Amino acid sequence: MRTSYFVRNPSVVIFLAVLLLFTLGVTALSDGAGNGAISTSFIKTLGKTLCLCLIAVAMDLIWGYTGILSLGHFAFFGLGGYMVGMWLMYERTRDIVITSLANAPIPPTEQEVVDAIGTQIFGVVGSSEFPLVWAFADSLVLQLALVVLVPGLLALVFGWLAFRSRVTGVYLSILTQAMTLALALYLFQNDSGLRGNNGLSGLQNLPGVSAPQSVVSLWFFWASALALGLGYMLASWVVSGKFGSVIRGIRDDEARVRFLGYPVEAFKLFVFVLTAVLAGIAGALYYPQAGIINPAEVAPIASIYLAVWVAIGGRGRLYGAVIGAAFVSLISTWFTGGQVPSVNLLGYRVDWVEWWQVILGLSFVLVTLFAPKGIGGLVDLVTGRLAPNRHGADYGPDQGALMEEEGRK
Amino acid sequence: MQALLQQHADTIVKSSRRTIGPAIDAIAASGLEQAQTVLQKWQARAMWQRDSDGLFFWAEEVDRDTLRIFDFDSGDDLGTAPDDEFSQIKPNSGIRALLGVALVQFQLSDPNPQRRLDALQAIQRNAEASHLQPLRNSIESETDAGIRATKERLENLLTVSFDDDEAARIAAIEDIAGNISLDARSTLNPLLAVSPQVSEGAVPADRNVARTLKPGSAALPRDAAYEMLVAEGLAPARISPEAMRAALAENITDGRVGGVPVGRLSDMAARETAYAALAEAGTVPAFVREAEVEAALARHSFYEVYAEPSKAVTDAARAAMNRTQRNVHMSQAFDLTLDALSLASIFFLAAIGLAITFGVMGVINMAHGEFIMMGAYTGYVVQQIIPNYTASILVSLPLAFAVTFAAGVAMERLVIRWLYDRPLETLLATFGISIALQQIAKNIFGTQARPLTSPAWLDGAWTLNDVVSISYIRIAIFVLALIFLALFLFIMKRTRLGLETRAVTQNPRMAASMGINPDRVNMLTFGLGSGIAGIAGVAIGLFAKVTSELGQDYIVQSFMTVVVGGVGNIWGTLAGATMIGFFQKGVEWLNPSNTLAAQTYMIVFIIIFIQFRPRGIIALKGRAAGD
Repeated sequence: MRTSYFVRNPSVVIFLAVLLLFTLGVTALSDGAGNGAISTSFIKTLGKTLCLCLIAVAMDLIWGYTGILSLGHFAFFGLGGYMVGMWLMYERTRDIVITSLANAPIPPTEQEVVDAIGTQIFGVVGSSEFPLVWAFADSLVLQLALVVLVPGLLALVFGWLAFRSRVTGVYLSILTQAMTLALALYLFQNDSGLRGNNGLSGLQNLPGVSAPQSVVSLWFFWASALALGLGYMLASWVVSGKFGSVIRGIRDDEARVRFLGYPVEAFKLFVFVLTAVLAGIAGALYYPQAGIINPAEVAPIASIYLAVWVAIGGRGRLYGAVIGAAFVSLISTWFTGGQVPSVNLLGYRVDWVEWWQVILGLSFVLVTLFAPKGIGGLVDLVTGRLAPNRHGADYGPDQGALMEEEGRK
Repeated sequence: MQALLQQHADTIVKSSRRTIGPAIDAIAASGLEQAQTVLQKWQARAMWQRDSDGLFFWAEEVDRDTLRIFDFDSGDDLGTAPDDEFSQIKPNSGIRALLGVALVQFQLSDPNPQRRLDALQAIQRNAEASHLQPLRNSIESETDAGIRATKERLENLLTVSFDDDEAARIAAIEDIAGNISLDARSTLNPLLAVSPQVSEGAVPADRNVARTLKPGSAALPRDAAYEMLVAEGLAPARISPEAMRAALAENITDGRVGGVPVGRLSDMAARETAYAALAEAGTVPAFVREAEVEAALARHSFYEVYAEPSKAVTDAARAAMNRTQRNVHMSQAFDLTLDALSLASIFFLAAIGLAITFGVMGVINMAHGEFIMMGAYTGYVVQQIIPNYTASILVSLPLAFAVTFAAGVAMERLVIRWLYDRPLETLLATFGISIALQQIAKNIFGTQARPLTSPAWLDGAWTLNDVVSISYIRIAIFVLALIFLALFLFIMKRTRLGLETRAVTQNPRMAASMGINPDRVNMLTFGLGSGIAGIAGVAIGLFAKVTSELGQDYIVQSFMTVVVGGVGNIWGTLAGATMIGFFQKGVEWLNPSNTLAAQTYMIVFIIIFIQFRPRGIIALKGRAAGD
């Protein structure tokens, strides 16, 4: 007897309700549409956090459910950002160029406008030609399609190569890390066509929109909330059915699932590409709010932090990933923002901006050692949904199907 | 001599660079013994002229107002005299340079060998045709074998450049063919210098033509060819879009240009129409059409001409240069091999600790890079305490080992041993430690790079010739890598600890039942791997900047090295490091300006390589490979 999807997944309903209330509440307090209790810059921070939550959901899908610890998902995030950033930068520069050329005695030709845009954008890397990758930069529709296609295609090729040769476990983690490092190094070059380490900037301005930043930031906030809501529903739908059972099976014992006749590689590849696309969309929404994207964003460290968020929030449950990303990234912003007063500890002045990283690192070790279920595990205490009483204790979500005795071998 | 000086007194006193030549030549060529003294004193501004009779003397200033006068011819001391009776000859810097050239021939035969060498170096720096004859003359009388060889080599090079006899030049060119030294190459290069030329009709037969150029080819793009015609005044200049635009802007009348409304000029065709109308009215130069450009290019021939008029000489020089280039390429290949070996040994050194912790024990330690960093900082701290660089390096090597060994043991006891069943979580936990350690280092030492200075005997480089050289530090690192390889092999194959480590890695329960304490062995092995990382840190710190991010730069490459080489086998790590080192240098050689690209391609290459050998270059077989 099939019941409704939402009845079977009450957590989705609760999550969506909380997200909706949060969005409405922030809107009511915002500068652009409410009483102005929350500054525009904090709206942007919240919007960015929602995007990070979305990529954390993707990370949970690939790591918490499929058991592939990808240390390269920020590569897809960054690529999504670059794709939308190219259009934003092109169109904005075009506006500027047209305004400045309007005063010229002779109206400019198409070619002159494009040349001037090229000089504006690439002057900083000593070039004025448009590289091939900018071929579609003048079309919003195509660039938006690329937001999905480029990360998806990269994930498809990389995943196909990696899964086909049965690279698993830590090897795959290192390989994904190498992938994002290679991408970052490539983007750092001036002749990569994406302005080297200058990155793309001025992305917070929507071309052709005269609304103030307080309103634009709210639009992006709503868009991020919508994307997160849809992404969450998609992810929970993917993991709730038979498909979800298979990928959890792959996580717990890949060989057994393969022997049962499932094409393990195809399942993994599908999840890998899907999460890459989600990450790309998250990035495309994140960077217009951040205003700037440069290759440092794709550095391996970013993807590792993503794993940190998901681990602290609690793997293997989607809301855990969201909680982790929101909690850790907001608290990081708070601590590194320099607003926390320093503390005197036995005569040593503890400056939180300096010591926050240390605390984060060590708390991460503690969570891994003592609380593998993360913050999300607290929910279990409330609902009373404790781990089933097996003969041995389980190892947490990563190896849920393994008995203690088996795991010890 | 005085007579000679008097003969040229006017030019000497006037002291102009352009007119002084004959006077200097006359003195230098006089064959008089005193010529050298005169030129030297003149150059040193010690030549004075007596106002009363115009005679020249050289003088020393005794005090502010008094001179001690010497006669040029006899060298006699003529006593002191007040200096207002004399006027000093003050050669400007141009004249002093000319005097220097003239003095060369005397210095070449100077009894002091150092002076002779100085003179040779002066010639080498700034060779002139006039040096050739004095140099040849001085070879015969040269007694020092070393200086004589230098002289002969230099004479050969000057012959190539300046001799009047073509046959002698060609012989000299053939003599230096294949010589890769910089001065031989810089002697040949000017002979092969070409300049592009254009002339109407066919290529003239009386020029020494290097090659003819076809407009539109890679060597001479069509636009550049037409530019040449314009520059030579052989064709009218083309109107560039910018110039056309400017011309149109200047000729707006009543919102129209040449009858075309300004608003419509955003189209190239409309602009051309408007410009054509202006050109017809004679207000602007006519537009040069493509057909005219084509015809002008077809009418003229383009070619490169040697600055050297003799074809025989340029042919010989070309042949010699080809041989030289071949030798240079061979040397470069050798140099590249050395570079690649040195890079490989750096990778190996960074990865060898991982080969133990990851390769043998299977523990992913993301904080390995931070252990390298700790080693480097240990070296830095020791240098603050012990100022002698040699002693401080000798102290910091074992100390770095001790520090990182302790850190590794602590980490194994506190964190890793709880996670042996969960490799992915080991990765995450050690990563947490890694960011904590990095930040702590940043808090203690700041973000700026700290110097770790190598001892003086490691400065400098081993130079084989003008192409091949390698710094001593890199040699030292290479040696250190070899030592560690030997040490690793010794520990693993010849000691109790190695035996126990291998046993525990393969089957911990079986090993335990044989009386081995797996906890202790794991702890010691992990400590050993970490300690080696510390020593590698000191070595890497010697040539890289010591920052808190030092380890991060190496961690991914180190893991790659181990994975590519094959986990669990030190020879695999060696092969992996060698392959990565050579590959990276190879890519850098193809695109020397871009080391970032080299790293990118290397990683892409590794990802593809893993497809074909997922277990690395040297894969374990049988039970040892069991997961």
